[in-house]
This record gives sequence, C-alpha cells and structure tokens, in this order.
Amino acid sequence: MGVDIERNIVVTSIEKLVNWGRKYSVWPLTFGLACCALEFIVAGSATIDMARFGSEVARPSPRQADLMLVAGTLTKKMAPMVKRIYEQMAEPKWVIAFGSCACTGGIFKSYNVVQGVDQIIPVDVYVPGCPPRPESFLTALIKLQEKIEKETVKERKLITAP
Amino acid sequence: MISDKLDKIIKNFGTYIAAIKEEKGERTILVKPEAHKELLRFLRYDEEMSYDMLIDLCGVDYLGENPRFEVVYLLRSMRDGDRLRVKVRLNGEDEIETVSDLWRAADWLERETYDMFGIRFRNHPDLRRILLSDDFSGHPLRKDFPAEGFDFDKPFEVKLEEEI
Repeated sequence: MGVDIERNIVVTSIEKLVNWGRKYSVWPLTFGLACCALEFIVAGSATIDMARFGSEVARPSPRQADLMLVAGTLTKKMAPMVKRIYEQMAEPKWVIAFGSCACTGGIFKSYNVVQGVDQIIPVDVYVPGCPPRPESFLTALIKLQEKIEKETVKERKLITAP
Repeated sequence: MISDKLDKIIKNFGTYIAAIKEEKGERTILVKPEAHKELLRFLRYDEEMSYDMLIDLCGVDYLGENPRFEVVYLLRSMRDGDRLRVKVRLNGEDEIETVSDLWRAADWLERETYDMFGIRFRNHPDLRRILLSDDFSGHPLRKDFPAEGFDFDKPFEVKLEEEI
C-alpha cells in the first residue's frame, strides 16, 4: 500500500500560508465605546454568527487580540486609553472603525469628540452607518481578510500613527 | 410652614436678599454675593430650616449682562420635604466662596461648575476639572465658547497620562 505523494502535498509560499492562517483567526478585542457596540454583540449571535469567519473569540485583553474594533463615539477624554490599548496589542494588529462616529466623528461636531479615530491610530477598514447593521461588520471582516491575504512579510504596517 | 421659614429668612437676612420669587409653588431667593455663604450656612444648620440636602449646584452664563455669572443652589429639607432655590449673582469677578464644607455633595458639583463655566470657588479642597481632560482649554458652557471648540480644524494630538 503505497502513499500517493502527489495528491497529498501542496506547494505554497510560507507567506501565503501565514496569511491564510492569520486571515481565518482574527480575534477581535471587545472595545465598545457607545451604541455601535450592541451591533458588534449581535454580530456574535446565532443569526449573524461571525464565528463562520473564524472571528468569534472576542478577547477582553489586548495582549491576545488581533483586531481592534472601535465601535462608537470616541471622546477626547477616552482617546489616551484607546491609544494605550492599541499600543498594548501584539503585532500583527488591525483596526476597524465601526460606525460614523468612529470614522469621522459623526453627528458630534463638538469640542469633546475626536473627529475620527484615524487621528490617533491607523485604521484598516471604515464602516459608515449610524449604527451600521451587524452584517456590515461581516462585510468589514471579509474586506479585512482580503487585505490580510495581500500582506507581505517585508512590508509591515506602521506600529504607531504617522 | 414654608412661609414661616421665609419670614425667618427675611428677618435674619433682609438686607442681603435682592428678591424672593414664587411661581407654581417653587420659591426662589436671590441673595447678594457678600452674604450667600452665611445664608446657606443658616439654611443648612438652623434648627427650623434644616435644608440638609443639596440636590444640585450649577452655573448660569448671562453673556452681555453685568454681573455675568450666576450660581444656583437647589436645596431640600429631608425632615419637612420642602424645597428652596437660592440664586446668587457673582459680583463682577468669576469667584465665589465654596459651600463644600456645608454639604459634601457640593465638592464635585463645584468642580463641574468650574469645569464648564470657569467659576472659581474659593477655599475648595480640590478645585480641578472633573469631566474634561486636564489639558483642555476653555470652559465649554460659556456662551462665547464655540460648540466645536477652539482648535477644531487642527488634528487632534492624543497625550498619554505620563506625557501630560
């Protein structure tokens, strides 16, 4: 009984293998700032079920998470904590700005709201909406997976905001 | 009963009271700033008054008028169940004596009023911002403060705790 070697070996590059692994195990950080966080909670429920895309393990600790989902209004008082938690996350790490407030400040053209989280941390995917439907989170996750797929080992993201 | 209280207040502080208003059963005393601490101490500790609960303390900005700022005290007597509103117009300056030694609740309320209006409370134990960050410039509830803040067009620079 000989082993059929040709049908059991796949040739690929290590980069593609690593990206494939990363792509299907994006662990999000539970980081709800306002009402958009509820949509994120629903995204983990049975009807939407983000576990289908390998992203169900929401971590309470930044050390164990890959994805920071900034869901909600970011006030200026909260901004240092967001930056601190982002910097505590281990590389590789990605950020989704979820909701209008996280993208641009939304309706809060105000003295106490940061006009978009991209002013303090680099953002990979923007999801507009007030709030976005939980399906939008899946779209953002798939977009992020497409992005991770194309990443190369040589070109790493910036660790801190430019 | 409340009218007895008012009579006693007028008897003791008549010269310092600018006006007493009554509307829909709510009583408001407008007191002059030089005696507001004494009046509030009287309202707090006098056996007959016993306004032992400070419900709220807030500021008002009448931009364009002189004096500009007003501080409002909402008092309640736990024993008698009646309420009293005391208003004081600040005398030109934006400074007034603290009442945090009369009611412990006034401590944070005065910090909030300072944060939002820039009204300084003399002899307050720890007068610093309570809601906004320490490096914030301006006082947002003043009528001449723009809703977007002063440096809205500039990119926001976040400072971590150790950098401030």
